[in-house]
Amino acid sequence: MILRNIYKFVILLFISVYFILSDQNCGKKERSTLYWNQRYETLPREELEQLQLERLKMTIERSFYSVPHYRSVMQEAGMGPEDINCLEDLQKLPFTTKEDLRNNYPYGMFAVPLSEIVRIHSSSGTTGKPTVVGYTRNDINNWAELMARALVSGGAKKNDIIHNAYGYGLFTGGLGIHYGAERLGASVIPISGGNTKRQIMIMCDYGSTVLTCTPSYALYISEMVEEMGLDPKKDLKLRCGVLGAEPWSENMRLEIEKRLDISAVDIYGISEVIGPGVAVECSCKKGLHVMEDHFIVEVIDPDTGEIIPEGEEGELVFTSLTKEGLPILRYRTRDIASVDYEPCPCGRTHIRMSRVSGRTDDMLVIRGVNVFPSQIESVLLEVGYTEPHYLLVVDREDNLDILTVWVELSSKSFASDEVRKLEELGAKIRGEIEAALGLSVKVKLVEPKTIERSEGKAKRVIDNRKL
Amino acid sequence: MKINQISVFLENKSGRLAAVTRILSENKVNIRALSIADTSDFGILRLIVDQPKLAFDVLKNEGFSVSPTEVIGVEMPDEPGGLSGVLKILESNGFNIEYLYAFIGKGENGALVILRIEKAEEAIQCLEENGIKVLMGEKLYQL
Ligand SMILES: [Zn+2]
Repeated sequence: MILRNIYKFVILLFISVYFILSDQNCGKKERSTLYWNQRYETLPREELEQLQLERLKMTIERSFYSVPHYRSVMQEAGMGPEDINCLEDLQKLPFTTKEDLRNNYPYGMFAVPLSEIVRIHSSSGTTGKPTVVGYTRNDINNWAELMARALVSGGAKKNDIIHNAYGYGLFTGGLGIHYGAERLGASVIPISGGNTKRQIMIMCDYGSTVLTCTPSYALYISEMVEEMGLDPKKDLKLRCGVLGAEPWSENMRLEIEKRLDISAVDIYGISEVIGPGVAVECSCKKGLHVMEDHFIVEVIDPDTGEIIPEGEEGELVFTSLTKEGLPILRYRTRDIASVDYEPCPCGRTHIRMSRVSGRTDDMLVIRGVNVFPSQIESVLLEVGYTEPHYLLVVDREDNLDILTVWVELSSKSFASDEVRKLEELGAKIRGEIEAALGLSVKVKLVEPKTIERSEGKAKRVIDNRKL
Repeated sequence: MKINQISVFLENKSGRLAAVTRILSENKVNIRALSIADTSDFGILRLIVDQPKLAFDVLKNEGFSVSPTEVIGVEMPDEPGGLSGVLKILESNGFNIEYLYAFIGKGENGALVILRIEKAEEAIQCLEENGIKVLMGEKLYQL
């Protein structure tokens, strides 16, 4: 009897020690659950840099011989693949911009024939043409690997039910997460966006444990949960969230974590580089580990192009190291962040980037969709009913981002003084903008000359979101 | 026979209507009738003034979206059923009224109503054939 009690006690002791350890896995090596790919995620810096150099040489050689654009810009810069002998030599390479991708629309930047491409995604462009990205089978494999790492880094495990509310389609979010979740071996619910009440019902009934979506949608879900009279602690089984595709703040994280009773990490990625999974936070939540065995990150002064000292903010520039379909060399993301080389208590050796704090251009991210003011300008000019003066006002109502486009009504388009005609005009402009952006907007007609004019760069955006 | 009306686009924010009336009074333009059609976002102010051309120019110079529109003024007996008699005539003859509002002053023989109507010329003819008095613009501006 006594023996049996001691036995029970020992088991209890083991269980509690296990929980204490796993609760503080920041700093402790809980190998089975901390990493997806321990070898590469914790590769000693020296080995990692050696690997980066080998892969960089290969990427540059392949780009030079297979992509006419890269060959010509390298030749113009008076260099070739043989000039890359150390990682610093990367700085000899010219930058690649979104403009370059657009000039080679749609497939000009691909390094393999289309027969090797198994997937095509695209993202919105500043004007007219989107940018097109292609993946080979190996690219899709690597991307799934990176996303599996990212999900594990956010706390997901093989037994989880992953509720993937990122949009599926041309946008890389939905499918990117999906493949990572399958690679991890979790059960993925490909719910995509929209119909929030149904999403919550499914979360309750199917027992979703991991939520993947934009932070603003996560907040919106939490509000709807409250509205439906549900208690996240009792009615939901959510444990963690891997949230990204738009900028958010520490306060917003705390709010989401409290309301949904989860642990939430930030994930970063842009489609030109690969999609989600370029960088992700670990359980320490002090910056996002850049997947350095697949990408090199640089931080530059957006005006001079010079490399910026460690820890200071600048524009993020990425170079892919393993991509076959669309190798990308020194791609200027326009995202502003800094990079931290300090070793992380989690044991990963990959450097950490800060949260993206802003953009070098005036791009807005609204519900995960990139919006450039110039896109709206070109629609207004095309439609021609209004003055080309406009203002974009972004508000966060009930945790949902609302974009309102203010346009000045010209005397010309005020020929009819009927309310109905003006409402039709507003609806027509709205329809055109929505078709161009793939995003629902509001249109507000305002009096002429009421939108502020400025001598230099016009102020086109008022962002009222409290991040 | 048609009357020149001035329509002004206004945002739904305080002070805009006051701005219009101030500009008009500064230019000695007298408002004879006015109506506002508004939605949650914007409003359309419709004015009959004694000097339509001047009113149009000064408002436009002040940066308002202004449009000159033509309406008709109809006199009707100031008694129950007066308006409905007029509307019935127009309706049965297939004229579509876009909007209407009452005139502040009174006509010689009854109430005055401003109508915005498609095919105004034909509507005037139709009304007169049915014994309804349609007012001249010049006369109305001075009422
Ligand atoms: Zn870490």
